[in-house]
Amino acid sequence: MTREQAKALIDERFSSAQVDGDAPTSAEATASRPIVVTLPVDQWTAFAQFAKTTLGCRFFSFSSAVDWKEQGLEVVARIDNLDDGVGVMMKARLGPGVSACPSLVPVFRGAEWMERECYDMFGIQFEGHPDLRRMLLSDDWQGHPLLKSYAVDTPHPPYR
Amino acid sequence: MLDTAKTSKVEFDYSGGERLTMNMGPQHPSAHGVFRAILTLEGETIVGVDAVIGYLHRCHEKLSETLTYAQYPSIASKTDYVAAMTSELAYVMAAEQIGKIEVPKRAQYLRVIMAELQRVASHLLWLGTWCMDMGGALGGGATVFLYCIRERELILDLFESLVGARLLYGFYQVGGTRYDIPDGWAQKCRETINLIDARIGEYESLLEDNPFFLARAQGVGVISRELAEDVGIAGPLLRGSGVNFDLRRAAPYSSYEDFTFNVPVETGGDCFARYRVRMVEFRESIAIVRQALDRLPDGAISSRPGLKSVAQIRIPKGEAYARVEGPRGEVGCYLIADGSAKPYRMKWRGASFSNLAVLPHIIPGHKIADVVAIMGSVDPVFGEVDR
Amino acid sequence: MPAWLSPLVAPFIVLNVVIGLVTYVTLLERKFAARMQSRIGPYRVGPHGLLQPIADALKLMMKEDIVPRTADRRVYNLAPIVFLVPCMLIFATIPFAPGLGVADLNIGILFFLAVSSMEIVGLFMAGWGSNNKYALLSAMRAVNQIISYDLPFIFAALVPVLLAGSLKLSEIAAAQQGLWFIFYPVIGQLAFIAFVVSTLAAENRVPFDILEAESELVAGFRVEYSGMKFALIQLGEYAHVIGSSFLGAVLFLGAWAGPGPEWLGPLWMLLKAMFLFLLITWVRWSFVRIRVDQILTLSWKVLLPFTLLLLVSTAFVVVWRAGV
Repeated sequence: MTREQAKALIDERFSSAQVDGDAPTSAEATASRPIVVTLPVDQWTAFAQFAKTTLGCRFFSFSSAVDWKEQGLEVVARIDNLDDGVGVMMKARLGPGVSACPSLVPVFRGAEWMERECYDMFGIQFEGHPDLRRMLLSDDWQGHPLLKSYAVDTPHPPYR
Repeated sequence: MLDTAKTSKVEFDYSGGERLTMNMGPQHPSAHGVFRAILTLEGETIVGVDAVIGYLHRCHEKLSETLTYAQYPSIASKTDYVAAMTSELAYVMAAEQIGKIEVPKRAQYLRVIMAELQRVASHLLWLGTWCMDMGGALGGGATVFLYCIRERELILDLFESLVGARLLYGFYQVGGTRYDIPDGWAQKCRETINLIDARIGEYESLLEDNPFFLARAQGVGVISRELAEDVGIAGPLLRGSGVNFDLRRAAPYSSYEDFTFNVPVETGGDCFARYRVRMVEFRESIAIVRQALDRLPDGAISSRPGLKSVAQIRIPKGEAYARVEGPRGEVGCYLIADGSAKPYRMKWRGASFSNLAVLPHIIPGHKIADVVAIMGSVDPVFGEVDR
Repeated sequence: MPAWLSPLVAPFIVLNVVIGLVTYVTLLERKFAARMQSRIGPYRVGPHGLLQPIADALKLMMKEDIVPRTADRRVYNLAPIVFLVPCMLIFATIPFAPGLGVADLNIGILFFLAVSSMEIVGLFMAGWGSNNKYALLSAMRAVNQIISYDLPFIFAALVPVLLAGSLKLSEIAAAQQGLWFIFYPVIGQLAFIAFVVSTLAAENRVPFDILEAESELVAGFRVEYSGMKFALIQLGEYAHVIGSSFLGAVLFLGAWAGPGPEWLGPLWMLLKAMFLFLLITWVRWSFVRIRVDQILTLSWKVLLPFTLLLLVSTAFVVVWRAGV
């Protein structure tokens, strides 16, 4: 499974996905550059399942989110095919005001803790997650810190 | 004050039948940091684990959005504070990848030397604390611990003469390294690693000829290959479960392709397999350091001029995910830059965070005493878990 | 002197000597362990750390006595004493020299073994009275372990009894004038090894100290004790170790036999006991501990059949030699 083969399979199966879109990418050597796939949200889990079974990407590296202010949140996840050295970076824009996303836990068990942290930091509700509660902050914390709208220097009783 | 209606309570009592809920941590002599495991026990066997983390959360990701590329590398050390050189390297490499900044060859070799020395130092701490957990702070474990710390001190002395700090360094900057090795450092480094090479053999025979140690480590905490990849654990845990994957081989960074070394792989998946992987890694790291010292090229140590102001480094718009093979696994930094002197978003892929996620899957079925053995062989550092 | 006083003199002296010995044996252990770990050990308190045990004792005496609110007060307060008394009582039958001992009973060794098993009661009281899950878990493990290992301990200790033909400790010591029992071909060595292993387990020393495994149970049954009560428990533990070392010296190493004039007997006794103690300490500072189910497997499946067989074969050997 080479990078080109994987790209071809993705294009064939997921026509609404943008593969290696026009966002500026890094200077990593071409062969080991990850395939960046931008998907609509409703295909999030389906693509992950496809990548795991067909592309052989069984290694779940991480999943997180980015807050693009007015444009809304974006979830990212990275999965790797360790044997062939092919990496896939999945991205999905949630749209302004939306903070719900399907969960990857049915596909990858490693997503459990990563999505809990995402919920903790960004407030994204992952549908299908077995145990969505705060991970790093205490259970009674209010607010989701990594959002750009989070007020950094205000007091947070009883912690500050 | 606290809204008690919204807080979640964990009841400690006899939860039905013969089950007992017991708390391990967060203050615990063998928690490897602040970690709380709520164990559900049936007699001595564990039937459920709920891992509670976040006691060391210091908002690195939010912090990085307020610090410039010149300021953050010193803070990056605080994630994996036992192997500080690896975390800094991931951040700096991500910035260099986006900005397409060249790193001179000498700087790359210096980075390799420091990373491998750091790996040896980190594994020494792992061996000492693992044996101490299994053998007791007043017992045979403490003996191995003190021997390993004695060796680790030698490496920390090397770092001190180089950077000035023993635990958390600010050795890297975007474009290369900040310091060059002083005179006589290479000779001292060679002597140190020769000494450590000889002593590793002693510790191996002290432990492996001891049937008690084998009884504690073999067959305990088996991680299957499929579980390892699914959860995303990396490093010696992955290689101990039979997956031949090492970032230094698969996606070489910082001139690793210039060095010859073996990647140890064991198929057992238990604590003993992970122990064997790390013991071989000791020797391989020492070999890499020797090769790098022999072939260290002359030249500049950074492609960027020396730092004069904090906002000096600006990285153009872009994103990158730089990964480094740390002693605990894949340490990654996902960086999104927006053209200013500060990142827009930075995510730490902490090796220990992913490694720790495997605990609720493998601990049920073992006895309490095995929890410490398994945690020791997973080797978490809570700076990386909580960030 | 008055009639009621003379029987009290010997126990008084022995008790004080034992307490002094136990205090200084902690220093010996710390120095020995430190040298094994390439460090020095206590050095500053007094010349070469010789006043360290006194400093420790003073510190423990001056500490506040904390009793947990939910603990069972009577059981909690009584436990250290119930633990300590049997550990001191075992010195009653040990002969330090011919005719020099507190009470040279006819059933000397039986008394020792029976009384030393009574400390389990104190141990369990400590674990139960603390009202603490860690302590309770540890106490349950303790009962399990000590009962399992008392049997091989008794059988191993019975081998010298068979070889000497008497339960009286002074007679066992006298029977070794020609050949110490540890040098007795095959049987002596095997019995000695079994004795040392069982002793380690019966005293909760590493590698069998799962009971107080600090890395898991944070001091086990002692976790709620501080100050003088803790000191009593420590005293009891070390007294038991020393007592077992003395017993081992009497049973296997020839008690007071040694070159030189007769009055050096007690000195040789002390040296042999210290040798055994250092052997136990050496093992403690080199080994990792094993899990509780592995400990029990070792006892019931390996050590007990082994010592039983040893005892039976000793009986055969003794009869055969008597017949010959």
